[in-house]
Amino acid sequence: MPNKQSNVYKGLAAAPGISIAQAYLFKKEIEFISSANIENVDEALRILDEALEKSKKELNKVFSLAIDKLGEKRAAIFEAQIMILDDPILIDTIKNRIRNEKRTPEYIVNDEISRYQSMMDTVNEPYMKERSQDIEDIKLRIIRNIKKKKWQSHITDEVIVVTDNLTPADTVLFSRANIKGYVTNFGGLTSHAAIIARSLHIPAVLGLHDATAKINDSDLVIVDGYRGEVVIRPNDEQLEYYNERIGSLTLYDEELSTLKDLPAETLDGRKISLLANLDISEEVDLIVSNGANGIGLIRTEQLFEELDQFPSEEEQYEWYTQIAERVYPDIAIIRVLDIGGDKILPVDVQEANPFLGWRGIRFLLDNKQLFKTQLRAILRASVHKNIKVMLPMVASITEVRQSKEILEECKKELRKEKHSFDNNIELGMMVEIPSAAVLAHEFAKEVSFFSIGTNDLIQYLLAVDRGNEIVSNLYQEFHPSVIRTIDFIIKEGKRHNVFVSICGEMASDQIAIPLLIGLGLDSLSVSPALIPVTKQIIRNISYEEVQKLVEKCLTAVTEHEVKNLVSAYFDKNIKEHLKSFFVNG
Amino acid sequence: MIEREVKIINNAGLHTRPAATIVKLAAQYKSEFFIHKDGLNINGKSIIGVMTLAAEKGSTLKLTFDGPDEEDAAKEIIAYFERGFDEL
Repeated sequence: MPNKQSNVYKGLAAAPGISIAQAYLFKKEIEFISSANIENVDEALRILDEALEKSKKELNKVFSLAIDKLGEKRAAIFEAQIMILDDPILIDTIKNRIRNEKRTPEYIVNDEISRYQSMMDTVNEPYMKERSQDIEDIKLRIIRNIKKKKWQSHITDEVIVVTDNLTPADTVLFSRANIKGYVTNFGGLTSHAAIIARSLHIPAVLGLHDATAKINDSDLVIVDGYRGEVVIRPNDEQLEYYNERIGSLTLYDEELSTLKDLPAETLDGRKISLLANLDISEEVDLIVSNGANGIGLIRTEQLFEELDQFPSEEEQYEWYTQIAERVYPDIAIIRVLDIGGDKILPVDVQEANPFLGWRGIRFLLDNKQLFKTQLRAILRASVHKNIKVMLPMVASITEVRQSKEILEECKKELRKEKHSFDNNIELGMMVEIPSAAVLAHEFAKEVSFFSIGTNDLIQYLLAVDRGNEIVSNLYQEFHPSVIRTIDFIIKEGKRHNVFVSICGEMASDQIAIPLLIGLGLDSLSVSPALIPVTKQIIRNISYEEVQKLVEKCLTAVTEHEVKNLVSAYFDKNIKEHLKSFFVNG
Repeated sequence: MIEREVKIINNAGLHTRPAATIVKLAAQYKSEFFIHKDGLNINGKSIIGVMTLAAEKGSTLKLTFDGPDEEDAAKEIIAYFERGFDEL
């Protein structure tokens, strides 16, 4: 690949793929708001009414599109927005103020709605700030319609959307057009925008901070969703390079589709269970069509992330059943709610250190009823015996034992209620806290499988918050301590015949795959889109050779050394065989 | 006028969806309906108003109902609070 140039910017690789297209700068600038006095009050009221009607029509469109794309439950978040347009108190006040103060309707609308926002902003709760943002959305929509400006849903096809931040409404609207890519200033891998982009196969690079300042409307932009890079106004050399990559990717996609029914097996016959991570239900089809061996991680957070509330046992039961039946006879590993940390916590608590706070299994054990509701739903869905349960953020043996007791309690209840379920349902755990790694031997006696969560494991092992830009370069997945810890977990797990998988982002890093296979993992769980390429890499690995690679890496003392060993192996053994994919780079 | 204190008992608190339901319930009645919390008096028929309330699990709100059908209104809306917004 061409050397790093000043027009290449790095962000989060949120959704894979490469696109070259013109930028569409999606800005939510405040319209100019005139505070001028008006003569004709009736005219002003008529304009306001029309703007409200127009806004309602727009939002209804978003609402029904959202039902289509996201399902009824998730779409419900737009209902309150529509209700605001009909709010009798708000609208009456605005109209009265227009009559009394004789100012432009946009001025009064802005002033009146902003009052509510400042009330919300004074509450020191993240969700109130989000609410205030939702209100901002509505306010700008009304004002724009008062000024008779076209709302920005009129996106022409084939553009790369460049924006500050994507709201759920934006994301839904964009999904209708043939968008080529997303670039945002803000937003993380678990944001709404990232999840939707992945499920729609739209390359996305998020969190560039100043993308909207650096990119002008209609600039030619390259989005590389594999590397998390954005090239602004590419030169000929860069264009040629990326066009070649896109060409080979297309070829490669066709080639990969032939892999669907082949096993993920090394050259010397070691079979790997290649699983997929599931964030939203829509991904299930891709998981099946890409030939995964099952689902290694169902993140149940999504169930209530947008519902804003805990789903009922029935709702959960239906959802789990649907997924389990869709992948049957393959397995589906359901991770019980892992909330807290960077993930939404529905109960409003302020923590100085959320990553070290009330999250994962800690939260569930403190909210037993909630935990039981989820376990009961999972058990009831397990009738086909292809479901396993996984506990997140386990730090102590006691947490596993308590969870097992609660699981047994649920079984007892269900038996009494004459529900059928898989009595031998397997219980496993995420190994993502260093204490769990250290006690891997003891944990292996308690559970039937381990899934190594590299994101948190690395963050806790190295004491680096990867969301903190000042230290994020110290977040090193090839740090020797990381490799040795993973090695230790796998060895200890094997002693007790525990099935060991890895589900963090490291498994999605193609260069890391030979190393991970060499470490002796039974399984990798990666995002659905990466199943074919991961399989292809595994099929070009010699298990014997990668075990030697691991030996060398385990004696290395710096990340640099490990990285060099791993890249050298990859370049020599994998890239050679996959030339069609890795052209020039 | 009817005045009652209610407690938020569902985990997620008074989030957007129950807020919408409360407003829809209140709209069916002629009586005035206000929610009082932390010195704020919010008209319960206004969604944007109810959305300004940050009421987490365990917090207490005062509800007042005033009008010809205040008893029915109070009965239905208080019951909705007591059911934990149907999220228990």
